[in-house]
Amino acid sequence: MITELGHFALILALGVAAVQMIVPLVGAHKGWQGWMEMAVPAATIQFLLVFASFLALTYAFVTSDFSVQLVTLNSHSAKPMLYKVSGVWGNHEGSMLLWVLIVSLFGAMAAWFGGNLPQRLKARVLAVQSSIAVAFLGFVLFTSNPFIRIAQPPFDGRDLNPLLQDPGLAFHPPFLYLGYVGLSMAFSFAVAALIEGRIDAAWGRWVRPWTLAAWIFLTIGIALGSWWAYYELGWGGFWFWDPVENASFMPWLFAAALLHSAIVVEKRESLKSWTILLAILAFGFSLIGTFIVRSGVITSVHAFASDPERGVFILMILAVFTGGALTLFAARASSMEARGVFGFISRESALVANNILLAVSSFVVFVGTIWPLIGEIFGRKISVGAPFFEAAFTPFMVVLALILPVGAMLPWKRAKLGRVVKSLVPAFVLAVAVGALVWAMQTGKTALGPIGMFLGTWLVAGALVDIASRTGRGAVTNRLSRLTRLPRSDWGKLAAHAGFGITMMGISGLMAWSVEDIRVAHIGDTFQVADYDITLERVERDQGPNYVSTKATIIVSQHDDAIAVLHPEKRVYPVQAMPTTEAAISNGFWRDIYLVIGDPQDDGAWAVRTFIKPFTNWIWAGCILMALGGVLSLTDRRFRVAAGAAKSRMQGVPAE
Amino acid sequence: MRGMIFPALLALVVVSTPALAVNPDEVLSDPVLEQRARDISADLRCVVCRGENIDESNAAIARDLRLLVRERLVDGDSNDEVVDFIVERYGEYVLMKPNTSGANILLWAAGPALFLVALISGVVYLRRRSQARDGAVALSSDEEARLKELLKDG
Repeated sequence: MITELGHFALILALGVAAVQMIVPLVGAHKGWQGWMEMAVPAATIQFLLVFASFLALTYAFVTSDFSVQLVTLNSHSAKPMLYKVSGVWGNHEGSMLLWVLIVSLFGAMAAWFGGNLPQRLKARVLAVQSSIAVAFLGFVLFTSNPFIRIAQPPFDGRDLNPLLQDPGLAFHPPFLYLGYVGLSMAFSFAVAALIEGRIDAAWGRWVRPWTLAAWIFLTIGIALGSWWAYYELGWGGFWFWDPVENASFMPWLFAAALLHSAIVVEKRESLKSWTILLAILAFGFSLIGTFIVRSGVITSVHAFASDPERGVFILMILAVFTGGALTLFAARASSMEARGVFGFISRESALVANNILLAVSSFVVFVGTIWPLIGEIFGRKISVGAPFFEAAFTPFMVVLALILPVGAMLPWKRAKLGRVVKSLVPAFVLAVAVGALVWAMQTGKTALGPIGMFLGTWLVAGALVDIASRTGRGAVTNRLSRLTRLPRSDWGKLAAHAGFGITMMGISGLMAWSVEDIRVAHIGDTFQVADYDITLERVERDQGPNYVSTKATIIVSQHDDAIAVLHPEKRVYPVQAMPTTEAAISNGFWRDIYLVIGDPQDDGAWAVRTFIKPFTNWIWAGCILMALGGVLSLTDRRFRVAAGAAKSRMQGVPAE
Repeated sequence: MRGMIFPALLALVVVSTPALAVNPDEVLSDPVLEQRARDISADLRCVVCRGENIDESNAAIARDLRLLVRERLVDGDSNDEVVDFIVERYGEYVLMKPNTSGANILLWAAGPALFLVALISGVVYLRRRSQARDGAVALSSDEEARLKELLKDG
């Protein structure tokens, strides 16, 4: 019964969304007050209906209702509660329902918190947002219905893929979707502005919080996914340049570019049409990502051709929204004349450089991702893997890191390069010193480690110099008190830029200096890896809630002091007959010790794989810092004050 | 298995055996040769897997290829000779890093070319902006209309 109610609510939501797509748009065009105003309650109702539908599906999972096909295919009564809930989005149909839920959530939030938007713009934004909801509600209902029943329910389900039964991954998809779909707000604002035919500084200020929020969620989502891959897949990689990873990375790069160019619109009323274009592209790439992940086209063209229904549907959504918005852009962009004038050396120029680097690097990822597909069309079977991306993508990030500290400190309008460069000399000297020190200390003499450490230090020190320069001159106490009064956006900038540097150090450190050891060890054997002594104590069988495990006990010691006792496992999940490796990791500030237990050998010994991975945790620490920077900027006073000021201004104007 | 980074790809999971990728019995006793084998393996694709190189893969064919690479190295082949040998038998699909032959040149040139175009348009744009007059004074016709309306209502 509840399942049917959920299905029905979803159908109603499609109806509401269709009305919300059309009526406010007509109202905004004709200037009819009531028609525009209906967008707000419609957005609320649409959200509540989709939410009810999502709850109904969750209820089916939580109560293990195996008469629902989706629950049978993806759940099991013995599964822990956390994974019963996360199982809702651990499959195609449920995850698309989550997608729709987030689309309507963002629409409703714009309706609730968009009190300071001009009425016409607000009506158009909500209508465009609702058109996205219509497309995806249609997709769910017509091609991916999660509420299908089966006539003869089985006694138990087929369980969720064991790799997904993991806390890191339980929350990965919601964050990622909040990011993907959050970009739909930027898209809706862009299309609404194109319909309107004008954008100004205020538009930049409205669109930036949504972009920031989307970017924060994407950052967290991507970091969670990469962290999970690191500890779960058992060989300690953190990023594989897999098509599905690239699918989330491309929108992230575009969102990063967009939130920087929106600053220029907000502060200087320049780069307007470019910002609109970026907003369209950012969401376009979210849709491309959805298409890649959902259609399976990248994995195998043949799989796509044999079951093209879903893929073609998303491709049509992609074509209609991106194509439509770009057409509108081509027709209207010229009417948005830029206003700000600025010198060749200025913050504006630096942000243009930032945008070029981020957009082009994202394009490189895109071409690399779809190239095997293009090759297949021309009859060549080609692989594009990590080595290509490392060679073709990394140079752009190196250049970006080199110019970032300088660009971030350049004043608006017209700047003198000499002054900024002079204040950054200490940061540069420090970075060179760190790079040189690392070069001298390392044994392998690869350039990767020192360059990464140099760039990372340059970014972190540069960000610190930047914030110090914001306190002006004078006595230290005065400057300190000024420091505490700096707007939060300054702190956000510091955190995000420093976070980028720390992630860079982590990646280069891990890639340059990782040590690996593979061997056969007998029980009681001690062997040395780097300067750690590893002792295989024992291996035993263990029983988990829904799996059986082979669990090793391994003692890691250094200079005769035990520093960790680790339990790498091999698990077998009987329902899906699927084995997983559970690596055991001793996390540290400077290094991770990463142990994997392999197969038993003929003579009772075990294969053991040991990695010493320096700087690994810096990767995710940097990501957390970047996300924190985004949160600080998002809570900056000017976004809050702008909202308040607009409200009081509105009170001054007569209601009619 | 990499596909599993996104749970959405459930359907694509290839069930693998729980063995380690590189097994202890494969490792060469000469550390220099072994390192070369690892470097070569990182650039060769496991043809039945989802985007894994043979060094990371648990599949049987990946193991065969790893052993083949080591065999050739022990016989005195250079790194390029080993790779050529394998490409000859399995096709260019095994290369994780596509070569620059034929249309592949476009793949490699796409980034730098677009960067150049973007850089030139960026410079042109910036030059124009830096020479433009400050136009921030005039109101648009819409704004004037709105101003009039507000004043009338006032």
